Amino acid sequence: MRDKTDVWQGTLALMILKTIETMGPLHGYGIARRIEQTSGNLISLNYGTLYPALLKLEQEGSIASEWGVSENNRKAKFYRLTRSGRKQLHQEAQDWEQTTAILARFLSPTEDPA
Amino acid sequence: MKRLRAWMLRLTGLFPNPQRHQEIADEIESHVQMHTEDNLRSGMTPEQARRDAILKLGGVESAKQAYRERSTLPYLETFLQDLRFAIRQHAKNPGFTCTAILMLALGLGISVAIFGFVDAALLKPLPYREPSRLVNVTERIAMIPRARLSYLDYLDWRKLNTVFSSMDVFTGDGLALSTPTGTQLVAGTRVSDGFFRTLGVTPMLGRDFYAGEDSPGAPPTVMLSYATWQKRFGGNREVIGQTVTLNQAANTIIGVLPQNFQFAPTGGAEFWAPLHASATSSSCEGRRSCHNLDGIGRLKEGASVQAALAEATTIARQLELQYPDTNQGQGASVMLLSEMIVGGVRPILLVLLGGAGLLLLIACLNVASLLLVRSESRKREMAVRSALGASRGRLILQFVTEGLVLIAGGTVLGMAFAEWAMQLLARLIPADMLAEMPYLQDSGINLHVMAFAGAIALLAAALFSITPALRLAMTEMREGLAEGGRGSAGTLWRRFGANLVVVELAIAVVLLAGAGLLSKSFYRLLHIDLGFQPDHLATLQIAAPDSTYAKDDQAVALARQVISRISSLPGVQSVALGSVLPVSFNGNTTWIRFPDRPYHGEHNEVNERDVSSEYFTTIKARLLRGRYFADAEDASKPGVVVINQTLARQYFPGQDPLGKKIVHYDLDPKSMREIIGIVDDIKEGPLDSEIWPAVYYPLNQAPTPYFTLVVRTSQAEQSILPTLVSTIHQIDPNIGTSDEATMTQRINDSQTAYLHRSSAWLVGGFASLALLLGAVGLYGVIAYSVSQRTREIGVRMALGAQRGSVYRLILTEAGWLTAGGITIGLGCSLVAASLMGKLLFGVHAWDVSTLAAVVMVLAASALLASYVPAHRAASVNPLEALRAE
Repeated sequence: MRDKTDVWQGTLALMILKTIETMGPLHGYGIARRIEQTSGNLISLNYGTLYPALLKLEQEGSIASEWGVSENNRKAKFYRLTRSGRKQLHQEAQDWEQTTAILARFLSPTEDPA
Repeated sequence: MKRLRAWMLRLTGLFPNPQRHQEIADEIESHVQMHTEDNLRSGMTPEQARRDAILKLGGVESAKQAYRERSTLPYLETFLQDLRFAIRQHAKNPGFTCTAILMLALGLGISVAIFGFVDAALLKPLPYREPSRLVNVTERIAMIPRARLSYLDYLDWRKLNTVFSSMDVFTGDGLALSTPTGTQLVAGTRVSDGFFRTLGVTPMLGRDFYAGEDSPGAPPTVMLSYATWQKRFGGNREVIGQTVTLNQAANTIIGVLPQNFQFAPTGGAEFWAPLHASATSSSCEGRRSCHNLDGIGRLKEGASVQAALAEATTIARQLELQYPDTNQGQGASVMLLSEMIVGGVRPILLVLLGGAGLLLLIACLNVASLLLVRSESRKREMAVRSALGASRGRLILQFVTEGLVLIAGGTVLGMAFAEWAMQLLARLIPADMLAEMPYLQDSGINLHVMAFAGAIALLAAALFSITPALRLAMTEMREGLAEGGRGSAGTLWRRFGANLVVVELAIAVVLLAGAGLLSKSFYRLLHIDLGFQPDHLATLQIAAPDSTYAKDDQAVALARQVISRISSLPGVQSVALGSVLPVSFNGNTTWIRFPDRPYHGEHNEVNERDVSSEYFTTIKARLLRGRYFADAEDASKPGVVVINQTLARQYFPGQDPLGKKIVHYDLDPKSMREIIGIVDDIKEGPLDSEIWPAVYYPLNQAPTPYFTLVVRTSQAEQSILPTLVSTIHQIDPNIGTSDEATMTQRINDSQTAYLHRSSAWLVGGFASLALLLGAVGLYGVIAYSVSQRTREIGVRMALGAQRGSVYRLILTEAGWLTAGGITIGLGCSLVAASLMGKLLFGVHAWDVSTLAAVVMVLAASALLASYVPAHRAASVNPLEALRAE
């Protein structure tokens, strides 16, 4: 079996945003677990890298955070999507789909009509 | 946008914030706990659960570290740390820090201050519309490259040219201004009507001259300079339409020129009047041979100065053919107006800037060498830091930061110093001189100057970063740790730091030589043979109104009255009148010919001076042959002249001029004169000018109501000046007087003397500072070398070396450095002096006595600077030196 894939450069932000959009406000640990689950455990996420990524998104105004209480009654910082974050997510998702679609055309065999 | 927001937030993160640190710790901790709980639920042991959670996180501390780094700007944070450390380092060493900052501030401040003047004079465009298209247009003759225009020639040039969109003329003029306290002679300028439109200047109040307002029939009108409006009319806006009495005629004030208006060629002009040129043959403007105007032109779009010069030359040639009598040999000169205005001061300013730059370089080298010494003594510290894991880059960055702190301090202090120095230098310029160089009034700290200072700071930063970095890169860190540090660093220092001091000494030699040559030029300039004795002479300009004194007999009567009244004043030895004072200018020429020789229309251009009978004896000129005039020689007697020796030599080689006749080029019978005397050459032009042939006419045979009074006194000549003015006003209050001054003042304040004096003083100042800094630098190098060699010296002495040989050891080292500096410096100063070219007067770049004096001064200072450390070395106690191990 192949090794678990590392997170590609730049895709982590997109995954975070999508995860928060789907799940609603969520703490860092939750986001990390969710990303792993969604990838079908194909991704090996170094949880430590998640927090600088979250901070970057927060500094850029895509997400906002506040302290709250987790499902297990534990104090945790919850992140939620801001309006600009939502816009960014849609934009980047679209770009990503386009990129993958183009790549797919290169990689899949084409039917030559001639 | 988003990036900027993030960057700003990270910037604020630079400020220490314990709360944020706590939050990061809390968040990571809550993460680990949640993960641990999940792991427990999936059946791990508590120990395993927590371990797995931390492992997955990649370590608690490194996670926190990554998190923190994202919340601030790590490189900036590092810089701030370095900065704090650098400031602490400098604070620990206040002596070093103050010396370094002061040296930098001094070098930078002087350079910036001089640059401020260079910027104002040479870089800033003149305050006219599109100044790069403004040119100075004049005629040109063999003797005078930029001669004046005659009015009729001007009219032809204006009509025939195709390169100027407009061409106008101006001429400086003395005006008799009637004031309640008597008539004053004030400076004015007469201009053709389009003058201000050509410059692109509009009056701030009132109107410009309209086309045709300069014709003789137009009512007399006048514009005021801003300063005059303020000074004489209290800045009253109602002044437009009022009249002012100039030359005893009522002139209507029609406008006030803007505050920033300046026109250097007629510097302090208070009133600007239209030309009112009457083309009758009796007036100067009616004769093609009378050149009294200076021209300006605005180049058409795309026209170059060269093209304009070529065309003006063609027109001049055309006029030569058309009017051979008057125009033979009259060429053309066209140059940028800015060149005409600042061309004269450019070499001096550049020399000063060069001198200041060299001084700055010495200061920087001195600081660099101090830094180098310090980096030597911090070898251990660096080695330890490097052993603890600091990268070489990080260590270099530390040095760079320390250099930057010094430069920042030096720059701030230097700018304050520059501002002060600029104000001081501007105040030191006499008002008359400033009027002739109005562009200097704009000097001050502006964007150009700031950019210049910034560039210097950057260069200094580069220098200060490179030296210790180079040093660090060249040594092995390991050696630093070795006890005693006896490694190669010492030799490296000697190779490197010593070279710096050689450069410093060489620069000091260049500046000293420059200052020496300039001082000697100035001395020579003030001690040239003037052909007369300038001491105890009081002078005063006089202009009597034409209405009362225009007729020849009236003017003669006035002259006699003035002489007799002034002669009777106490302390007056003799009194004379002259049309133009000596040491003012070559010009006011006439064309002569010799009736007994063939004539081909050539213009024998000679200075024309009209002088009273006592003139030569009053100024104590030297009569070579023949006699001077008698007072009785007036229009009723045969015409006579005295010529100078240059004229005799040039036009009567091998002949006796006495008794020969000269006549005006047009053979006017009234101008036929007999030569009755030859006077030794009197310096008519500026101190550094050539002697031109000159003809002296008796004032009584060429009377004029405008003349200069020259009085030789027995007591101090300064004290009689006010009496002269009041005595003239007693004769007739309508007579205008101005420029009362002693002859010595005139000579010392003349622009030539002033420029030479100020450059000699300034470069002399730079040279003294350079010598001081160079000596300090040498002292530093030798003292350091002695401290490094203490053990060696101790060993030598223990083995029997005498104190004398220790002295020799140290002084030889200093001697080699000094000799190197002097040799290089002498070579460079020859080059530098030949670049100074025109600033040198009466001395050669290779003036041996100056250079020898420079070598002596430098060698003596070097000996002094190295004696102190040599003495210390010789007093080393061998036991202590060896015990210091």
